[in-house]
Amino acid sequence: MVEVTQSAAAAVADIPDGATILVGGFGTAGQPVELIEALVDSGATDLTIVNNNAGNGDVGLAALIGAGRVRKIICSFPRQSDSHQFDAKYRAGEIELELVPQGNLAERIRAAGAGIGAFFTPTGYGTPIAEGKETREIDGKHYVLEYPIRGDFALIKGHTADQVGNLVYRKTARNFGPIMAAAADRTIAQVHQVVPVGDIDPENVITPGLYVDQVVVIPQAAVPDQEQGQ
Amino acid sequence: MTMTTDATSTPSRLDKHALAKLIAADIPAGAYVNLGIGQPTLVSNYLDPASGVTLHTENGMLGMGPEATGDQVDLDLINAGKIPVTELPGASYFHHADSFAMMRGGHLDICVLGAYQVSVTGDLANWHTGAPDAIPAVGGAMDLAIGAKDTFVMMNLLTRQGDSKLVETCSYPLTGVACVSRIYTDLAVFLIEQDGVVVRETFGIGFDELADLVKVPLRQG
Repeated sequence: MVEVTQSAAAAVADIPDGATILVGGFGTAGQPVELIEALVDSGATDLTIVNNNAGNGDVGLAALIGAGRVRKIICSFPRQSDSHQFDAKYRAGEIELELVPQGNLAERIRAAGAGIGAFFTPTGYGTPIAEGKETREIDGKHYVLEYPIRGDFALIKGHTADQVGNLVYRKTARNFGPIMAAAADRTIAQVHQVVPVGDIDPENVITPGLYVDQVVVIPQAAVPDQEQGQ
Repeated sequence: MTMTTDATSTPSRLDKHALAKLIAADIPAGAYVNLGIGQPTLVSNYLDPASGVTLHTENGMLGMGPEATGDQVDLDLINAGKIPVTELPGASYFHHADSFAMMRGGHLDICVLGAYQVSVTGDLANWHTGAPDAIPAVGGAMDLAIGAKDTFVMMNLLTRQGDSKLVETCSYPLTGVACVSRIYTDLAVFLIEQDGVVVRETFGIGFDELADLVKVPLRQG
């Protein structure tokens, strides 16, 4: 049964030191900033974070990294113009980086949620990414074996939830949300609003509530007025 | 600058805008296209809206429109370079695993990427210089390079030091093996074919002069 709360702090209170956390977002779009800020306040440390990037500016994921709480990050594109928090930790040897091509990252997360043990992908074959990995030729094409990435927790951001945890996202802020929701033992979704059961057309549900354990309402995560209640 | 009688040569080298215009003109009507990040995104400025070309962005959208301005800016609607963009009628959104399945599954017709180096067999190097202090970042380049039906490269032919970026074998770490089919540069368009590299056209340079600069075997188209 999904829990609905207003408190980001309460939602992340049980995340222990050493946890692996799938964090939604592509840059800042879809990044559950308030949940991550609550994680900064919670004190949990020695974390492994899975995200496409390694933080932007000084808030959200960047703040968590800057506070020295991330032991390892698994991502596709850490270096950006505003990734100074990560850059400093990386150059100081204080954070471990597992660099994964973006499509392999997405598929490894999807595989975890779908109960797939491993898969062969053509992406990365013949590149440094494939070094030390099993490869196979299938119908004349070369593939690399990749394993799932599962999280102890997923922190994601939707636009609207209903009382049973069905989620609707908004535009390109959807990105990793649906696959991360399925790939973690416990999924916490922050949303802009919660509506009564039945208010989301079942045809429009993107993430069924089955994947969601907790919904945190963050009304101040505002979007343009004309887009509300889409 | 040497002028030649080569019918496919034009009098001057192309700047990045002219090159983007040339690439846009080569994209067939109705194609599904990904323009990566950085310079290749200029191609979108020259696509004829009537051609029905649909732009894909790796972060989960088909039907991407031009860069957003003023009131159009919406931080939930960005492109792969994290720049606010707009949506066109007929657009769709999907999650990341679906977005990359579109690439790997061979559903995108063309992608256009930048490059540090391309080899004569179409190997691409565009993500890492191999410098010891560099922070590596690959993003979606490896998936795009091997996934799209055709991978076009858009780059200056020469480095700042004057070395050709079309090479016999890439010295930088690879992005993908034998994945590039065409290279659009300021000095020439190269086609990577089974039996070697063909020069389709040149800009402000003759074939012989080009062959001297590039130092790999070339054929005239």
